[in-house]
Amino acid sequence: MSDYLVQFNNISKFFGKVIALKDVTMRLKKGEIMCLLGDNGAGKSTLIKTLAGVHKPDEGEIIFEDNKIVFDSPKDALDIGIGTVYQDLALVPLMSVTRNFFMGREPQKGIPFLKTFDVETANKIAADRMGQIGIDVRDPSQAVGTMSGGERQCLAISRAIYFGAKVLVLDEPTSALGVHQASMVLKYIVKAASEGLAVILITHNVHHAYPVGNSFTVLNRGKSMGTFQKKDISREKLLSMMAGGEELDKLEVELQEMDRIHNKN
Amino acid sequence: MSLKSKSISSKSSLNEDERLKKISPLRVLLNRPELGALGGSILVFIFFGIVAGDTGMFSAYGMLNFLDVSANLGIIAIAAAMLMIGGEFDLSIGSMIGFAGICIAIPAIYWGWPLWMSIVFAFAMAVLVGYFNGIMVVKTGLPSFIVTLAMLFILRGLTLAITRLITGRTQVPGLRVLIEDDPLAWLFATDTFKWLFTWLGSLKLIELRTDGTPLATGIPPSVIWFIALTLFATWILMKTRYGNWIFASGGDKVGATNVGVPVGRVKISLFIGTAVASTIFACIQVLDAGSADTMRGTLKELEAIAAAVVGGCLLTGGYGSAIGAAFGAIIFGTVSMGIFYTDVDTDWFKVFLGAMMLIAVVFNNYIRKKVTESK
Repeated sequence: MSDYLVQFNNISKFFGKVIALKDVTMRLKKGEIMCLLGDNGAGKSTLIKTLAGVHKPDEGEIIFEDNKIVFDSPKDALDIGIGTVYQDLALVPLMSVTRNFFMGREPQKGIPFLKTFDVETANKIAADRMGQIGIDVRDPSQAVGTMSGGERQCLAISRAIYFGAKVLVLDEPTSALGVHQASMVLKYIVKAASEGLAVILITHNVHHAYPVGNSFTVLNRGKSMGTFQKKDISREKLLSMMAGGEELDKLEVELQEMDRIHNKN
Repeated sequence: MSLKSKSISSKSSLNEDERLKKISPLRVLLNRPELGALGGSILVFIFFGIVAGDTGMFSAYGMLNFLDVSANLGIIAIAAAMLMIGGEFDLSIGSMIGFAGICIAIPAIYWGWPLWMSIVFAFAMAVLVGYFNGIMVVKTGLPSFIVTLAMLFILRGLTLAITRLITGRTQVPGLRVLIEDDPLAWLFATDTFKWLFTWLGSLKLIELRTDGTPLATGIPPSVIWFIALTLFATWILMKTRYGNWIFASGGDKVGATNVGVPVGRVKISLFIGTAVASTIFACIQVLDAGSADTMRGTLKELEAIAAAVVGGCLLTGGYGSAIGAAFGAIIFGTVSMGIFYTDVDTDWFKVFLGAMMLIAVVFNNYIRKKVTESK
């Protein structure tokens, strides 16, 4: 019995000749928040889809609670408890909070063949769940379109947890949000982790990741540049690593050079 | 300690109460998709009440007349509305009506099938056509507008070609004699509540013929089907899991798929729904007229879509209601018949239809913005 709830060992994914991911390893314990950092094109999306069961890894293994797992579809990943919240959130703005919360998994009542969608129970659960995270949905039949970006993100996360996620994979949950909204979402993520979930937080925003993360995996051009515990790495070091520090250093040298030439003239 | 936490929790519940904004019944109503069509229907009735109140339009006979027209349109409009909520269009509704008509008439008249078997055959063909439309849209990812436009031409062409090939004409008469004693045809050909009309006639409350029987003999089958389908569709949309899947499929195909809604299956079933509704329409018309005509149902697809739009369905899917579409059909049916009772030239009906639709689309767009705007 290892300490880890879920392990992704040496995951590789190729698309034809393109190496999208190479030997990426991530291991998470219960209650841990691992931030997956990387610039655009680092392979974050491919990795998410591999975790969610959309892509099958070409190499490597996924071990969940000490069992080796092969996902054939996103449903398999959902069934064992890997809940992925994509950037688009899979919410329909025109539909109500309740109808979104239970979309695809509506509670039913009544006799077979004449089963109805149990709207009352669903309303109660949705309002209750949103209330637990401090979002007061005055009316669970109100359209999701009337909620703020942060509230929508929390709704999507809360839905994933309600439907049995043990590992939460969150794709850029704060990217489109303002400071206040982002902190509301981050607070909720920390709360979820403290209740025993493992969270993989994918972001390119170190300032959002650093305060909440326990460990950090940096992805660059499809390869993992290593996983670091918070105590071992500073915010600045992380930032320079994920932006491809060398590139920025080179840019700085070049700018200085230009400056020098300019002053000379 | 416990006391303290209690007081906090009671305070927070107080806060919640404060934030519970009183929503006026008017606002709740404004958020319903069918509001526009309901208001429109009331306006239309008031208008004709004033303009044509004394002309016999609102006699039992006159009312059944425009209700019959509304109900026929409503049967297909409700199916079109459900498909539209699911995010797709069906332009082949009108052609399907013509096709279903000859699917009933040719086997019954030329091949000697019993009428009920021809009717079953027509419904089976409808399921096939709907399934084909659906599978084409789902598998190819092409816009349903194009796929069903192709089907509009194919079905109308098939209807004409097959009918002329087998009968040498474009009409198939002679069905009326087959209706009697048929185990299935009565479903589409029986006036109901005849006793009520006879009774009202005997009290001289409604108009009578010269022989003393009432002018209006009973509720036509179209009206019964219309009411039943409106209730059924509303129940599905509001009260079942499948209904939620329809809204989800139309609202956000990708999102719905990601959370496990079988979007493809939902859409295919909705296409089958419009084809089956067209066939119900065809059954009622063919058995009422006693003949099938290859041109029957022409342009009905556009009227059905117009009624659905006036009823509050968004062209982009994910929003709308069956009751709204039903009222949309009532507006069009009432105006198209009511115009005969006024001095207005009937040519103006199409102008009204177009203007109504434009107003509805602008109104719907405004509602959607209201519903989706962030606070």
